[in-house]
Amino acid sequence: MTEFRPTILAFCCNWCSYAGADLAGVSRLQMPPNVHVVRVMCSASVKPEYVMKAISQGMDGVLVLGCHLGDCHYMTGNHRTAKRIPVVQKILKDVGLDEKRVRLDWVSAAEGEKFQKVIVEFVDEVAKLGPNPLKGVKF
Amino acid sequence: MPRIGVFICHCGHNIASTVSVEDVVKFASSLPGVVVADHNLYSCSEEGLDSIRKSIEQNKLDRVVVAACTPRTHEPLFRSACEQAGVNKYLFEFVNIREHCSWIHAKEPASATEKAKRLVAMGVSKAALLEPQAEGESSVIPTALVIGGGLAGLVATASLVAQGVETHLVEKEGRLGGLLNDISVLAPHSENASAMLKRLIDEVKASKKAHIHLNTKLRNVTGFVGNFSIVLNEAGEEKEIKAGAIIVATGARGFEPTGEYGYGDVPGVVTQLEFERALTGGEKPERVVFIQCVGSRQPGREYCSRICCNTSLKNALKVVEAGGAATIVHRDIMSSGTVWEELYKSASEKGVQFIRYALSDTPRVRKKGAGIAAEVYDEALGERIELAADRVVLATPLVSREDSAEVGKLLKVPRDKNGFFLEAHVKLRPVEFATDGVFICGSARWPSSAKETISQALGAAAKAAIPIKRGRVVIEAITAWTDPDKCAACGNCVASCPYEAIEIVEEGSRRVAKVNEVQCKGCGTCVAACPNDAMQQRGFTTRQLGAMIDSLVRHALEESS
Repeated sequence: MTEFRPTILAFCCNWCSYAGADLAGVSRLQMPPNVHVVRVMCSASVKPEYVMKAISQGMDGVLVLGCHLGDCHYMTGNHRTAKRIPVVQKILKDVGLDEKRVRLDWVSAAEGEKFQKVIVEFVDEVAKLGPNPLKGVKF
Repeated sequence: MPRIGVFICHCGHNIASTVSVEDVVKFASSLPGVVVADHNLYSCSEEGLDSIRKSIEQNKLDRVVVAACTPRTHEPLFRSACEQAGVNKYLFEFVNIREHCSWIHAKEPASATEKAKRLVAMGVSKAALLEPQAEGESSVIPTALVIGGGLAGLVATASLVAQGVETHLVEKEGRLGGLLNDISVLAPHSENASAMLKRLIDEVKASKKAHIHLNTKLRNVTGFVGNFSIVLNEAGEEKEIKAGAIIVATGARGFEPTGEYGYGDVPGVVTQLEFERALTGGEKPERVVFIQCVGSRQPGREYCSRICCNTSLKNALKVVEAGGAATIVHRDIMSSGTVWEELYKSASEKGVQFIRYALSDTPRVRKKGAGIAAEVYDEALGERIELAADRVVLATPLVSREDSAEVGKLLKVPRDKNGFFLEAHVKLRPVEFATDGVFICGSARWPSSAKETISQALGAAAKAAIPIKRGRVVIEAITAWTDPDKCAACGNCVASCPYEAIEIVEEGSRRVAKVNEVQCKGCGTCVAACPNDAMQQRGFTTRQLGAMIDSLVRHALEESS
């Protein structure tokens, strides 16, 4: 059996975490090739529905990355993200999925190394959880 | 059905050495809506842009996807190429397969190629749903803020005020001039540094447009290009100022060794900056040994500080010309360029001694009698020699300032692993940050000579003056809007907006949310707050993002299983 490589979707805000991901690239920091970044302007624009949609369609993990609290380009946007994503995690838990499949974290434009660390850790964690049981399920 | 063109960039070897561009092109041409898929050696080169424009015309494309580097630097370039070929610039979608793929999966070419395909598929699925947009404009506060009152900040301020721009110059210390205060003469032409500094300070002080804030620290920065609000702490007092553009000129500091080469222990062992101060004070030492690369080009601090060799050449010449003896103990003399190589030649001719040492056998410095003995293994002679000196000068690198992290955090601009600030692009935007309206110059970026600092400061000032002189900046069409047929006027969006840009208005017989587009900054918070999918953000609609998720599910989960 080949090693399970989870498929992961990551929402990165334009100002901090996407720039942090760029910096990781510029610094040639190596990481597993399972994470697919979608650029949004602010982590607060990530609808909980997107995360639930991805998970319900079999995505193994979803990352939401924003600016550090207090550093949001849109002043208070990420405070809303900080409230919304735990709600999604709670729903996952309530329906019997592991809430660790969704992770919220903060990566600044200067934190290429933090981006790498988050990716490596998350991929490892989701790989341990195994494939999303909803994979292939047609509702 | 949209007519999408996909262009995959090799970026020379940057992408193509890891990702099989040919495979990605083949894959892209099979995606729904894709009329043509092609590749360019460098999509951003004039040749690449020209081939994209030609392809748009020949294939009657109405959507363009480029898979290359990061939209944070190159999106404007490709958007304008689309516009030139008659395609609205908002019908362009960028896919990042360099920073987010080839560069970070260098050892897994097969997996990187598969990931690049999925990223391209996601981009194509979003592109199919893009819509043309019209841009708005906003006014610009005709004032600049310069952070740092050293050479870079002074030159930038002088240039801005000469252009008629009201400028606030903020300096954390009680005096202007920064490191230049400690320098005796400037290489290579021995210009008197304090005279130059005085001239500059007088020029700035004489201008009614310049507002100098000494003993002042940056406390908070909010806003966008054209409209920044800055809170300063000026000698204990909080002040708010407004600016349309910001220049970071916070400089660097000299590294202070901790015990190496007898520093702090053997009297007469000083850093280059301390030696400069002594020379400025009129000291005329007789026997000087300079040790290069103290604290640089070694594990832990790998970079070359670039200016130390030239500084040692300059000061060694000064010692020799005053009748003293000077020896430069080095690993390699880095005096590149016509003027500096001339300086090196001149130092050799006038009797400055050069001895090369290896990192594996560094010089040893100890007290000997009333003077100092420096023991060096001379690679050329193959033997250990002892140099007698009354001064040993340690050429230490410039390192980033401790508070650069705080400045970076307040302005949300990145720094490299050494703590120096990172420009948006080395060649395309060398004095700008990726954040519009924020600029960088001088040694805050990288150890720079006075000449380089002045050039960069003039460049940053010229760039910062552009939005201020135009008086208007274009607002990217990423603002939110409401679908009145879906809106239930619940007010969630109104409560979530950080800019108070949304209100509930009467429209005919119903109540709906309405976005004030001048106030909207395009964060999309309201989109996530809307329970009815009535709120949408231009360029990031729920359908577009949903399509990207579907695409990833299809290509990663369904087709592989």
